[in-house]
Amino acid sequence: MSATRQKPLQARLGRDDLIMRGYMLMLALYLVITLALPLYTMLSKSFSTYQFDLSQFQIQVSDEQGNWNSDPKSAAEINAALGENGIQNFATSNDGRLAPTKLFPEFSFRSPVNYRIKGNDSSAVWLVGSKRHNSTDWLELDSNTFRRVSLRPVKSTGLANYATYFSTPALSRSIRNSLFISIISTLITVTLAFAFAYALNRSQMRFKGFFRLVAMAPILVPSLLPGIALVYLFGNQGMLKAFMMGESIYGPIGIVIGSVFFTFPHAVMIITTALAISDARLYEAAHSMRAGRWKIFRTVTLPGARYGLISAAFVVFNLVITDFGLPKVIGGQYNMLAVDIYKQVIGQQNFEMGAVVSVVLLIPALLAFVVDRYVQRRQVAMLSSRSVPWQPPRRRGFDALCLGYCLLITIFIVGLLGVCQYAALVKFWPYDLSFSLKNYAFDLMDGGGWNSYYNSVQLALYTALIGTAIIFSGAYIVEKTSGFHKGRSLFQLLALLPMAIPGMVLGLAYIFFFNNPNNPLNFLYGTMGILVICTVTHFYTVSHLTALTALKQIDPEFESVAASLKKPFYKLFARVTVPICLPAGLDISIYLFVNAMTTVSALVFLYSPDTTLASVAVLNMDDAGDIAPAAAMGMMIFYTNAGARIIHLLLSKGILKRTQAWRAGHAAMSS
Amino acid sequence: MLGKTVASIGTIAGLLLSNSVLAQTELTVYTAVEAEDLKRYAETFNQDHPDIKVNWVRDSTGIVTAKLLAEKDNPQADVIWGLAATSLLLLKSEDMLEAYSPKGVELLDSKFVDNDDPPAWVGMDAWVAAVCYNTVEAEKAGLTPPASWKDLTDAQYKGHVIMPNPNSSGTGFLDVSSWLQMFGEEGGWEYMDALHNNIARYTHSGSKPCKLAAAGEIPIGISFAFRGAKSKAAGAPLEIIVPEEGVGWDMEATAIVAGTANLEAAQTLVDWSVTKTANEMYNTGYAVVAMPGVAKPVEHFPENLLEKMIDNDFEFAANNRKRILAEWQNRYDGKSEAK
Repeated sequence: MSATRQKPLQARLGRDDLIMRGYMLMLALYLVITLALPLYTMLSKSFSTYQFDLSQFQIQVSDEQGNWNSDPKSAAEINAALGENGIQNFATSNDGRLAPTKLFPEFSFRSPVNYRIKGNDSSAVWLVGSKRHNSTDWLELDSNTFRRVSLRPVKSTGLANYATYFSTPALSRSIRNSLFISIISTLITVTLAFAFAYALNRSQMRFKGFFRLVAMAPILVPSLLPGIALVYLFGNQGMLKAFMMGESIYGPIGIVIGSVFFTFPHAVMIITTALAISDARLYEAAHSMRAGRWKIFRTVTLPGARYGLISAAFVVFNLVITDFGLPKVIGGQYNMLAVDIYKQVIGQQNFEMGAVVSVVLLIPALLAFVVDRYVQRRQVAMLSSRSVPWQPPRRRGFDALCLGYCLLITIFIVGLLGVCQYAALVKFWPYDLSFSLKNYAFDLMDGGGWNSYYNSVQLALYTALIGTAIIFSGAYIVEKTSGFHKGRSLFQLLALLPMAIPGMVLGLAYIFFFNNPNNPLNFLYGTMGILVICTVTHFYTVSHLTALTALKQIDPEFESVAASLKKPFYKLFARVTVPICLPAGLDISIYLFVNAMTTVSALVFLYSPDTTLASVAVLNMDDAGDIAPAAAMGMMIFYTNAGARIIHLLLSKGILKRTQAWRAGHAAMSS
Repeated sequence: MLGKTVASIGTIAGLLLSNSVLAQTELTVYTAVEAEDLKRYAETFNQDHPDIKVNWVRDSTGIVTAKLLAEKDNPQADVIWGLAATSLLLLKSEDMLEAYSPKGVELLDSKFVDNDDPPAWVGMDAWVAAVCYNTVEAEKAGLTPPASWKDLTDAQYKGHVIMPNPNSSGTGFLDVSSWLQMFGEEGGWEYMDALHNNIARYTHSGSKPCKLAAAGEIPIGISFAFRGAKSKAAGAPLEIIVPEEGVGWDMEATAIVAGTANLEAAQTLVDWSVTKTANEMYNTGYAVVAMPGVAKPVEHFPENLLEKMIDNDFEFAANNRKRILAEWQNRYDGKSEAK
């Protein structure tokens, strides 16, 4: 049917097809420039190494009377003559310096011996003190000055950075740490979230709407906020310090608790969806076979939700392993990969090593992504059109148990947020507990002051507007273009890729790509524009999938009808598709808005003094020790996002009434 | 009505004047000076030189240094005004600084001037290491105040000391490099081995240890003196201890970026940056400035601090930085058994 329909249509829709393919190409180009090229630049940076090349330098030593009797030798020869005592490791970073006195075991700065040094060509660079030399003429120095000489490395390519990484335990230990924390957090979060989702779906307890709302609250704050709350609760001056029984909250314990907090809503959402699609017919069958409750749980509920559980596990794993804010705030001495990237780049300006850690971090993130995609595909296939939604029976004991459990989770979530708000209002914890607004005087702190808050709101609005337009139209083109299979699947791949790229990696890749003076897009660097582009790209995938789902619900007959009426596709798009998909569009914009307000990881490398951001300010204020103001700013983000959500809710309702009335009519007609 | 007209004519005349007579030169100035101070710096400078407009590019020390190094082949800055001397030495070793002897440089303390002639950079002010000691929490924990760096290795302070990670904090690095200079290479590492046993954890930033001490989270924070004075002024129960062996320090300094198209204006700015007016201006944010006799005492600032500043070998610090940091990382970083 479709084959017979497509051919004649294509002939008539030639112009539309061209426009649509052209547009798809443009968007693909956008994703290539904002994703593929920066990542490629980063990958090549990780292979860019700095090595000392001793063969570049000639050194001659005089006798004690200052006569140049011996022959000049290359530094490499001198080193080779030393055998095992010579310098073995030539790998270094761009900041590397090598003292040539190491080549002379008998060296003494008091010796009357003189030294001469020169390079083979001008690429051989050495310093006397901090003065740079690269001459091919002899430079004569007495011993005491020769002691101040350092040789400088040359740039080359190779695997040396990776070798250094894996042979430095302080660095490679982070792989184990990151995996350990992510696995533990995933197990705890998925278990807790499953119980929570189970209570929401399978009980008749009261206040379900309230609990749903509470469970989503952590999405509205930056991931580092629970870290700050934990400091106030369990730090050395914490309110509940006794609970720690001498253990320190700074380290694995703190990271895991905080991770559970910020990943909980994601897991609940996925598992709820999985539980909601369960088929009542299976339960009826189990009951009629007199299966016990536990048996039903094991043989019907769990298998039915297994894809949801696996998917939730991988999403949580990915969120934890790529998160940077939380371990930065509460990790103490416990190093994790994402923090290592930050330390290498911001602390030591060792961009090459930062790129290496990024590549290492990319591997588990990519793996988790691939498995998740695979599982999600399976899950969709499980829903059959004959499934009947299951209605849980009323069971008093069980319902009370569920209510109690959900209350506990509520206390955990609301409690952490409440502690932050309290800390933000206290004058000087723990010595002066009176309330004041002094922690809101952001202009007196590091981090950019109130301007960062306004910048963040601006960024969130731009991201929501521009992002929704780009992503929605992209999804439309992919969904509605006929033919052109290769192009479409390539675009689809590009659109899914951002989900697998950790924010830190994306941010670092952007530095390498956009900060290059030879890049014609260099002008974007340091502007609000690059922050918007980065955020849209970072959160592209989920928005893209939301748009696709909404578009798939629209009957393709619309296109055929429009085509037969000789209406160009964009008229159909503007008059039919967009109004029908408005709720999905709103969902995408609120998703982008909230994430733009809370994200830290990618933007921490990209903000400039004029574009400081609220979420980064939380990080920087905490870094400077202004923890209470950091909590205050974090709560400002929370209220802003909560406000945005409420507006979103009202808008959705209004729009639903005006544009979606047909759905009700449609339903009435078909029933 | 008439008044208004006169006023507007005046404004127009003023505009014309400022456009024609004061053809402005614009300088791009990279800095790590606190944002709240920058406006004041530019305004004070413009009182003497209204014809030069300063366009600030500000970020933290590490980032400004990284940015300058990244722009090595295509420099965007004209002047660096307010960046750590150790960073400027890195830039000097890349041949990125235009050597220039500003008028009046001889009036500065020679510690604050690059030892080449003409100097590649000149210092402005110094920040000095010190120990922030929370008297309330220390008493609760039964500690006695330390008097020296060596005291801090005493077993009573186990888990009660916090310091910045030198791999991410300039303040942390100046501590480490000062210990290596004071105690010698071997003695310095032995000292840090012993100190490491007492460290609760290493922070990313240099001011955080003192703020944590002020908040009582960890009673003893190795940080810098000015931060301690500020926290004490804010009401924290702090004592600022200057260890008797001497304390490390780093300075903020000024330099002209080689290849600037506005050399004359850049020299005017650097000339001005060593004047008495400028030094008085630095004094509001820093207790120690380059010109002797200018600094007014800062409240709560330890009195004997100046004498305790070590004769810091910045060249040693800059040229051995990479090696020291790698060694430090191998010895102390990523110890997951945080106490």
